[in-house]
Amino acid sequence: MKIAIASGKGGTGKTTLSTNLSSYLAQSRQVVLADLDVEEPNSKLFLKGNLVFEKPCSKMIPQWDKEACTLCGKCEEVCRFNAIMKIGDEILVFPELCHSCYACSELCPTDSLPMVPRKIGELKHFRGDHFDFIEGRLDIGEEQAVPLIGQVIEYVDEKFSADTIKLFDAPPGTSCPVIEAARSSDFVILITESTPFGLNDLKLAVDTMRVLNRKFSVVINRYGIGDNGVEEYCDAEGICVIAKIPNDRRIAELYSKGELVYPKIQEFKIALEQIARFVGGLK
Amino acid sequence: MKEIVIISGKGGTGKTSFAASFAYLEKENAVIADCDVDAANMHLLLDADFRYREDFYSGEVAVIDEEACMNCGECKEVCRFDAINVIDDQHRVDPIACEGCWYCSRICPVEAIDLKTQKIGDFYLSTTKARNDLVHAKLGFAAENSGKLVTKVKTEAKKLALANKKAFLIVDGSPGVGCPVISSLSGADLAVLVTEATVSGLHDLKRVYTLVKSFNLKAACIINKYDLNAEVTHEIEAFLQEEHISLAAKVAYDETFAKALSQAKTIVEYGDSNLKAEIEQSWQNIKNILRG
Repeated sequence: MKIAIASGKGGTGKTTLSTNLSSYLAQSRQVVLADLDVEEPNSKLFLKGNLVFEKPCSKMIPQWDKEACTLCGKCEEVCRFNAIMKIGDEILVFPELCHSCYACSELCPTDSLPMVPRKIGELKHFRGDHFDFIEGRLDIGEEQAVPLIGQVIEYVDEKFSADTIKLFDAPPGTSCPVIEAARSSDFVILITESTPFGLNDLKLAVDTMRVLNRKFSVVINRYGIGDNGVEEYCDAEGICVIAKIPNDRRIAELYSKGELVYPKIQEFKIALEQIARFVGGLK
Repeated sequence: MKEIVIISGKGGTGKTSFAASFAYLEKENAVIADCDVDAANMHLLLDADFRYREDFYSGEVAVIDEEACMNCGECKEVCRFDAINVIDDQHRVDPIACEGCWYCSRICPVEAIDLKTQKIGDFYLSTTKARNDLVHAKLGFAAENSGKLVTKVKTEAKKLALANKKAFLIVDGSPGVGCPVISSLSGADLAVLVTEATVSGLHDLKRVYTLVKSFNLKAACIINKYDLNAEVTHEIEAFLQEEHISLAAKVAYDETFAKALSQAKTIVEYGDSNLKAEIEQSWQNIKNILRG
């Protein structure tokens, strides 16, 4: 079972929920957590574990072979991403822009653009007391998070059995990175906060999940801080609200220190139990 | 005209609340660009009137002409994005997975594949309740190319600011360090980094600053919720000092942020609080940093 924890808006509690839920579920189930917010991975700050494996992650880009090239310009013509330019008697490759479609490389009449790996980030696998967690971390300056997210998911699929609960801490937003995380999940938990920003971004996230044909439910965080808009919307749309995590400065303080919340705050633990029961019942 | 980009690395640190307050204070002297096109919120706080809308097209998606297609499967073979699948004995394109690279179209032996430009979102121009011009957008559901929409929002906002001789362009960026953030940074005069006194706030600040540094941009920092964790605040301040980043403001944990938001008000319009004075001061500080 693969469950993504996502939100349109950033800072609504994805990492808090992912890390606490993983730790809680791991008391009775086999669990792995994958931090797919590769632009800003934070899960490791909240969990203790030893590094058991790491590897660089790369995407494939063309590399110009000057000797074989006849400067026909076909590569520049076929590239839709402006990642290749012919300037004078040189072919320039712009790696950040390349989407690894292979068209330039395979359509080159003289095989002068072999594809080679370029590092875009790394994957780290940690083992904690009760469960494993995996982190993807994008190199600064790289534009595309999607290939790295895909590789982390692939790694998790390979290394962990199908009956393991796989939790994905997804990136914020509604575009490519979160789509990559959500489309390979069986279920999505959307976490939001009870404010107009939370509501606006929840609606965007819900529409995205509907386009992707994903099953989802909602957790309301910082419940009580703003207004009732989120609840009314979920009611009207028939969206299941699994739990409401109360607004509590003590939760923010524990988070600020990088501590798990449920061992110390009873109200949070009650909400987490509701979510764990819900997850346990997913088929 | 000075261009200020407000970013944070981590989401939810208060970027939009600060940016909207600055917009409100500066009134018609500032043009605002909401570059968080994935989850645009600025219009909610500034009561945008959506006076102009246009479709935004970018990127392409392969479309297979099923009449002409022989189902030879060559397209499926070359597609690196697993965007072509056989459904009911017919090769079909998954538009969400397709990256629009044209490879399939180029090698199709019967020229049965064409690429169609896609609408990926809506682009808007508004006037706000504070008489700012607001340039904003809404990315389509499950759309790609948010970087291009960010560039469009920023370019149009900049044109407006220059044409009307405005003093400031205030850009509200998106979380993260990837393509939309990179698109929002180019050409800025100052990056304002909004962080919070949490371990993740600090971690993400360091990452986003590495990016800002690679653009050779001047940076200033706002530490939100500084009283949540004195130790982390101390670490953030040490980091700022080490990197010569000016501290524009330190703001305490305050539920006024959410309360003002729930009434669709910027903090500077919401009653008389310490917070209001602090935000006014922080905007003054940012202007001084720009001059310095």
